[in-house]
Amino acid sequence: MLLIHCPYCDDTLPELEFAYAGEAHIDRPKDPSALSDEEWRDFLFIRTNVKGIHAERWRHINGCGRFFNALRDTVSDRFFTTYKAGEARPDTTELEAAG
Amino acid sequence: MNAPVTSVDRVSIAVLPPVARFNLRIAPVDLKKASAAFGLTLPGKIGQGARNGDRAAYCIGPDEWLLHAAENDQDAVVAAFEVARAETPHSLVVISDRELTIEVKGPAAAELLTVGCPLDLSCIAVGRAKRTVFDYAQVTLIRDGEDAFRVEVWRSFFPHVHGLLKNARREFAVGF
Repeated sequence: MLLIHCPYCDDTLPELEFAYAGEAHIDRPKDPSALSDEEWRDFLFIRTNVKGIHAERWRHINGCGRFFNALRDTVSDRFFTTYKAGEARPDTTELEAAG
Repeated sequence: MNAPVTSVDRVSIAVLPPVARFNLRIAPVDLKKASAAFGLTLPGKIGQGARNGDRAAYCIGPDEWLLHAAENDQDAVVAAFEVARAETPHSLVVISDRELTIEVKGPAAAELLTVGCPLDLSCIAVGRAKRTVFDYAQVTLIRDGEDAFRVEVWRSFFPHVHGLLKNARREFAVGF
């Protein structure tokens, strides 16, 4: 079982307490009616689907209830870090260079 | 003849009598006002608990607390927070009937809970509480002593959680 660190509880807890919530850092367009159908489709459905380090949302649903963000390697399932919602994505250039 | 006795007393489970329960959501900066209204200093960090007689408070989220009081005090607590509402916006929800409490007690209490609880229970110190899962049902786990726990479970999940604990206890009793 994966162990995930919740940045709000400041505790590392079993995966069963958490729910996955999709890719992180996708901003809702300020004025949706100004978007073309294709742009709106891209916002709703099109994701990067990276192989490697992925910024994603998780919710500590069976715990403190908060959403937070995590950096996870989609190949190895390893979690590099987790951080509170609203914080910027940590710099991962070194991690990516290290492969 | 001299085989070790696996006593059924290693762990006991019991359904506790009702208490008044509240779910409090309030900004952490206003915690002092909530403490004054409740008559108990509410803990500030997730997992921590505070207890004084009938009253108990457990921090289960960044701005969320579980409060316990004697069943007869329910209206008094609601009234006290109603007064505090003038000073600080908050939400106090009475959840007394939403949950039932199962007490798990005895030297094998922690072992029994591992049947459905994925947490490392040794990380929960005495007096602390945590919202977690028990075989996919959300529960609040409160540690009252080294070998005493309370499991607060939603009424609709109660037959499942209680049944699972009873079965596991029977297995313990016959020596599995």
